[in-house]
Amino acid sequence: MNLLEFEGKEIFSKYGIPIPRGEVVSSSLQAQRTVERLGCSVVLKAQVAAGGRGKSGGILFAETPYGAAQTAEKLLGSEIRGFNVRKVLVEGKLRIKKELYFGVTVDRSSRCYAALASREGGTDIEEVVASAPEKVVRFLINPLYGFRVHHARRIAKSLGYSGEQMASLSTIFLSLYTLVVEQDAEMAEINPLVETVEGSFIAADARMVVDDNALFRHPEFKERLFSEERDPLSPEELEARKAGLAYVKLEGDIGVIGNGAGLTMATLDMIRLKEGAPANFLDLGGGASSEAISSALNLVFSDSKVRAVLVNILGGITQCDEVARGIVEVKQQIGFRKPIVVRLMGTNEEEGRRILREAGVEVLESLEAVAERAVQMARGN
Amino acid sequence: MLEYGTKIVAGITPGRGGAQTHGVPVYDTVEEALEKHEAEASILFVPAPFALDAALEALDGELKTIVIITEGMPIRDAMELMAQAEQHDAKVIGPNCPGVIAVGECKLGIMPTQIFKRGVVGLASRSGTLTYEVAAAISRGGFGISTCVGIGGDPIIGLSFVDMLKRFEEDTSTKAVVLLGEIGGDLEERAAKYIAENGYSKPVAAYIAGRSAVTGKRMGHAGAIIHGTAGTAQSKIEAFKQAAVKVAETPGEIAEIIGELLR
Repeated sequence: MNLLEFEGKEIFSKYGIPIPRGEVVSSSLQAQRTVERLGCSVVLKAQVAAGGRGKSGGILFAETPYGAAQTAEKLLGSEIRGFNVRKVLVEGKLRIKKELYFGVTVDRSSRCYAALASREGGTDIEEVVASAPEKVVRFLINPLYGFRVHHARRIAKSLGYSGEQMASLSTIFLSLYTLVVEQDAEMAEINPLVETVEGSFIAADARMVVDDNALFRHPEFKERLFSEERDPLSPEELEARKAGLAYVKLEGDIGVIGNGAGLTMATLDMIRLKEGAPANFLDLGGGASSEAISSALNLVFSDSKVRAVLVNILGGITQCDEVARGIVEVKQQIGFRKPIVVRLMGTNEEEGRRILREAGVEVLESLEAVAERAVQMARGN
Repeated sequence: MLEYGTKIVAGITPGRGGAQTHGVPVYDTVEEALEKHEAEASILFVPAPFALDAALEALDGELKTIVIITEGMPIRDAMELMAQAEQHDAKVIGPNCPGVIAVGECKLGIMPTQIFKRGVVGLASRSGTLTYEVAAAISRGGFGISTCVGIGGDPIIGLSFVDMLKRFEEDTSTKAVVLLGEIGGDLEERAAKYIAENGYSKPVAAYIAGRSAVTGKRMGHAGAIIHGTAGTAQSKIEAFKQAAVKVAETPGEIAEIIGELLR
């Protein structure tokens, strides 16, 4: 789950990481009031979960309260990178001497967190890693040993700081690591981490992604899951999220439902191979119960672009005859809004296919055949 | 698993010690079970919030092979587990996987056994049901499976494709290897690099799911997500091709490729 900048900064602040003075506002009047209180020139930042806001006009400046009101008016309700701007962060401008980078992120192949630091802050860190890797310090954090003060100090030194500045920086590094662990973040980064002309350090931006699998132990995050500002969710995706279904909306007209993420992805790929266009990805996971199938079919039918639906079930523990009954139940109770073709294989497959055929539901055996048929159906044949 | 012949000696469910299930005694703790029985492996069906604790308990009991079927384990928990497992010299399979089956010998998992015919192909996969699809195709093709390992769909897992390649190379019953990958991470690229740099004594074929995936959207599995341009199906397919590993266009095609490679 992506956190917005102001949410990340709230958390940073709780952990003692210095952030700029400012407030998040949702009206131009509030923006004006904030600038009156701050009494200085400000930066106004659209609060959307997208990178590269600056380049897309999502980061603007203002010198006066009235100017801020006008600028906020412009930003609020506008669209930045596909997101609707509902909130703007108004902050006092910083007097910047240097922009650094510091982040803690999951390193998948090393199976641990990695701390990344660089003097090349304020830019895309991936680009720096690609073009000038020597400018990025990468430190793998042993899960059992953790990230200690002495590690933080060494990184601060490698960025060229000593004395008190080394101490302040290392405190910030350690705080970021601590919050990443305690908040179950997949990553948190400060880019840029600003060294002000006075020599202090401030987190000018905050990016944080929380592990979806850990939301059960972070109820305060869980409630924010359905807001549109952090992910550009289509109405179907929002519905799916509420129903707990793994669903991704795509561009095409063939609805897809499968049991198993890999199998469902392979089904999408097969449709493309047969020159069709999948309308969505929907993985039922291990639960191919009647309720699950019913919710899934309803969701896929609700996408107006869908012209045909392919259901691909490979039953291991899941029994094909039960799946078949579930599908037939949907047909009998609410009917199929669009033509469906089913592929059923595995435990009790013969019985399952018989049940479907008797109810007039098309069923085929192979993945290739069912994909071909679905493409045909979508073309109106 | 019992039907398949796996020697399950005890079940652990805190709070239900003293019960019995399918003739297997249930205990509250691993310690109690190990006082009465000898064991070397464990399979966990524990809900995600408690999976780390259960796995650590298994490690404490010096069990050396730990299969975790559970989906939804927090990344932080998985990272801690992998580090602890290494300290204990134990192997974790999964999490978020269907388990492992040594065909005709033993099954520690949830895969349907009827589709696995005994044979010479070693299968390592990040998927669940897609694995069954491919296993069925290989069995139909007449080649059969020696051992199949579901390494799991999460971003942090116990065994990599490289780990599996090493094991299959040493396994005398395995004459060819099939790797089933998907978008996200770089396990496939690393496997390709391993083959290119070290060579490999047996034929390898692969299939990568997720050519139709879009950036930034999780496709079911926690580990199946493309970040920017990293982890695309295309990058993995390209990496394998560069390492002279044949990549199938469809799951069904894998059986044909294996047939060609084994001749």
